[in-house]
Amino acid sequence: MQELSDRGMRITFKLYASLADFLPAGSEKHTIKIDIPDTSTPNELIDRYKVPRDMAHLVLLNGIYLKLEDRDRNIIKDGDTLAIWPPVAGG
Amino acid sequence: MAWTRNVMRVNLTKGTITNEPLNMDWAMDYLGQRGLASKYLVEEIDPKCDALGSDNKLIMTTGPLTGTCASTGGRYSVVTKSPLTGAIACSNSGGFIGNEIKNAGWDMIIFEGISPSPVYLYVENDKAELLPADDLWGESAWETDELIHKKHQDPLIRIACVGRSAEAGCLYAGIINDLHRAAGRSGVGTVMASKNLKAVAVRGTKGVGNVKDPAAFLKATEQGKKVLAENAVTGQGLPTYGTQVLMNVINEIGAMPTRNMREVQFEGASKISGEAMHEPRPTDGRPNLTTNAACFGCTIACGRISTIDQGHFSIQNKPEYWGASGGAEYEAAWALGSDCGVDDLDAITYANFLCNEDGFDPISFGSTVAAAMELFEIGAITTKETGGMELKFGNPKALAWAAEVTAKGEGFGKDLGLGSKRLCEKYGHPDLSMTVKGQEFPAYDPRGIQGMGLTYATSNRGACHLRSYTVASEVLGIPEKTDPLVTDGKPELVKAFQDATAAVDSTGLCVFTTFAWTLEDIAPQVNAACEGDWTPEKMTEVGERIWNMEREFNLAAGLTAKDDTLPKRLLKEAAKTGPATGKVNGLDEMLPKYYQIRGWTPDGVPTAETRQRLGL
Repeated sequence: MQELSDRGMRITFKLYASLADFLPAGSEKHTIKIDIPDTSTPNELIDRYKVPRDMAHLVLLNGIYLKLEDRDRNIIKDGDTLAIWPPVAGG
Repeated sequence: MAWTRNVMRVNLTKGTITNEPLNMDWAMDYLGQRGLASKYLVEEIDPKCDALGSDNKLIMTTGPLTGTCASTGGRYSVVTKSPLTGAIACSNSGGFIGNEIKNAGWDMIIFEGISPSPVYLYVENDKAELLPADDLWGESAWETDELIHKKHQDPLIRIACVGRSAEAGCLYAGIINDLHRAAGRSGVGTVMASKNLKAVAVRGTKGVGNVKDPAAFLKATEQGKKVLAENAVTGQGLPTYGTQVLMNVINEIGAMPTRNMREVQFEGASKISGEAMHEPRPTDGRPNLTTNAACFGCTIACGRISTIDQGHFSIQNKPEYWGASGGAEYEAAWALGSDCGVDDLDAITYANFLCNEDGFDPISFGSTVAAAMELFEIGAITTKETGGMELKFGNPKALAWAAEVTAKGEGFGKDLGLGSKRLCEKYGHPDLSMTVKGQEFPAYDPRGIQGMGLTYATSNRGACHLRSYTVASEVLGIPEKTDPLVTDGKPELVKAFQDATAAVDSTGLCVFTTFAWTLEDIAPQVNAACEGDWTPEKMTEVGERIWNMEREFNLAAGLTAKDDTLPKRLLKEAAKTGPATGKVNGLDEMLPKYYQIRGWTPDGVPTAETRQRLGL
């Protein structure tokens, strides 16, 4: 678990596929609980963990897709799950 | 022209093989493979015929780009009337057999009648003969492949064949080619076995040099490969993680069908995902995934080759399964995994091996097992029927056992071979069958991805994701992101995907290219190879023509608008978790609009104007 000095919220942070390399130590099954400031935006977390923004293709907050313009908004709440994928597809 | 212009017709009843020229007027309107072979089928059989009777025909068909240097140009399809659905069937496969058929000089092989005894077709370029297969009957697809190679002493022969499940009458048996690839859906293997046709073995050395404008074709295909290589999905994601990368995505958005679609999220998804396939097992320190693999001419290479831990319960003392073999793709992993509540990746891989070894569709099989598990849990099926097996959700041993008995059609495996619809009817709970037109669902719950509900309901071959993969748009943002939880705009989206996919399926190329390519990338390749003016617009029109032709076949076969529906569970029981919580599928909001934009009557019948516009 990553402790931040100005802890305001605790969320579940997930990075999948090739983005798993950017997960901090202590993560399990591509998932880690992190404490973040109340004002954190999705893009701030993407930058904090050095995920290239152009690889943060599928950004889901509680399973719901975040449009590019929403990723700089203060929309994360305590207990939320933020999950991110690079461009992927299957069938 | 990239067609060989040669059709082989094999009358199994008489034991005759004849050659005839390809109908080029039809090729101009239906292109090849799915479209053109479906045109032949529609013209040649009574839609009401018994799918397993002598009047049904089975067509193995290539596309005009099959066997060329176009990326993924190795596809072939099997077209027939399905015994599972009663509708038209077209199952598409990769591997190498399609290229071999084309290199032997054939656009398609039409099988008609029923052989009085088991046979296989051996083709070596212009020569073709029916050979006795009495010694192959009763053998698995893998054994058949090995025996034919030994018999002809030619390791370069490519083979498509049926396994024991098809011989036993499993209604969702496929045709296995090159050991691990399959024309898997809708029971095309069951039809092949009903004709006493065990295998088709082909050696082709002629080359495919008959492209219209070789210089333009090389340029167009080179440009296409560049697009695939530079695209993050086809250049990196699919080769590394395969289709299985979707397991965690679809679970996160709450569209993962779980435990016979009672739920929309699976707590064990991360254990059976594409990422998990890369992770070393705690038991033997090796990952499930051994390597990726490519079909003929493919520059994507999404295929999975897996190895099971030798200590795993499923293969203890079974060295024949200790080597690397075709691993679970997303559809198999979902059906054998979350739909059965099983989170044991090696058990899923073992069941998938058996699906390949004896040629049965892992989607329909897994979904049928899931239905059987629910019937078991409510007491409609007991240990009396299963011979003592506790057929409960989450039991990996039950999954492995179910695959073993279905592979050979033994005991309760006969019931599992009926498919979900007939199984649930037999045991008195038809509402528990998660099927459309008798075919089992693939891996996307339409409560969480609304457009897929319309896709499934209107698919010409029963529930299927490959007829209109709106997941690309609704979830993955390809070509542009739409909201999976709304029904607005979905009729238009589904129609566009259906028409474009029908066109791509008629080229000889793989539909997975469309994660990077549009018809703007594909049409120049077709146009450089084939006579005619193949623009994206014309290809879309051809796709629409094919879709309507398939629809008319199904209507003539006795299907109606009442069959364009979903199981009650998906229309009445709301999702309980995830973003779709509280939602059912809004099919009723989408279907009338869909009929309208298709140019069909409110009863789902193409109008005279539509038929005239499309030249039907």
